[in-house]
Amino acid sequence: MKNPITGLNKVFESRIRLGVMSILMVNEEINFNDLKQLLEVTDGNLATHLVNLEENNYIKVYKGFIGKKTNTTYVITKAGEKAFTEHITALENMIKGVK
Amino acid sequence: MEETNQSNNSLNDIKDIRRIMDRSSRFISLSGLSGVAAGICALIGAFIAYKLLDNYYGTFNSRGFFSGDDFSRLKIKFALLAAIVFGIAFTSSFYLTWRKAKKQGLPIWDRTSKRLAWNMIVPLAAGGIFILGMLRYDAWIFVSPACLIFYGLALVNASKYTLNDIRYLGYCEIVLGLINIYFPGYGLWFWACGFGVLHIIYGIVMWQKYERNTA
Repeated sequence: MKNPITGLNKVFESRIRLGVMSILMVNEEINFNDLKQLLEVTDGNLATHLVNLEENNYIKVYKGFIGKKTNTTYVITKAGEKAFTEHITALENMIKGVK
Repeated sequence: MEETNQSNNSLNDIKDIRRIMDRSSRFISLSGLSGVAAGICALIGAFIAYKLLDNYYGTFNSRGFFSGDDFSRLKIKFALLAAIVFGIAFTSSFYLTWRKAKKQGLPIWDRTSKRLAWNMIVPLAAGGIFILGMLRYDAWIFVSPACLIFYGLALVNASKYTLNDIRYLGYCEIVLGLINIYFPGYGLWFWACGFGVLHIIYGIVMWQKYERNTA
């Protein structure tokens, strides 16, 4: 999964996936609509990326209800936190390395 | 060449991450001008209160006694004044913040502002009820210190959910309130200083820091 040269994580090459992870790092949980609003993406697009993150075990999905409406919330996993932190460190190293 | 590109990408990624972390966890549209507007309202309110008191004591001096009627009328006037000042201050502050949010293209009523509002309301409501309770025992001298202290605590609490700088405004309000306890006759002056002067200073500093360049 990792780019051997830089330590960057392929999963986070997508801006949207990176965005989702950034939000989940600072919020205990967040629901689908808030994610959509923050990232300014369409339903389908966001859903695909969320499935991808879930398959990598970086996020956990909780399906619930508010009244009769479905309310799906997302939470970051320990593995997700670790992967994200490593990705950031790699980004930082890259900036330092060139300057 | 390619390395520089790569590094620029990394820098952009990190900037993006920072921006989105801030935007998703804090309400960042709070306008400094809101502080200035609230401060001006408070100063005008304090001035009117001062005049009312002056009038009241003037009557006392010329007649030589307090009448219960005068006092209850003064109380009603003060309550009305407080409600009006709060109303105008809140409306104008809200408008200025709404304007800033619109300019930034951010929603004003989202999860961050809801969380901010709730975390402000809890200490403020507790303070308000506490002060009303004190008034039942005619503890007038503690009204101003209690206003300042509870408001300061509300700000310190709220700073976790908006621009971190309001924490320092909160500290100043608390300190002012605590000092006020030892100067019981000067409540109105401390109140005007805390809600008027401090708000205006804070508002100008915030505006300089975050908005001047974008305005």
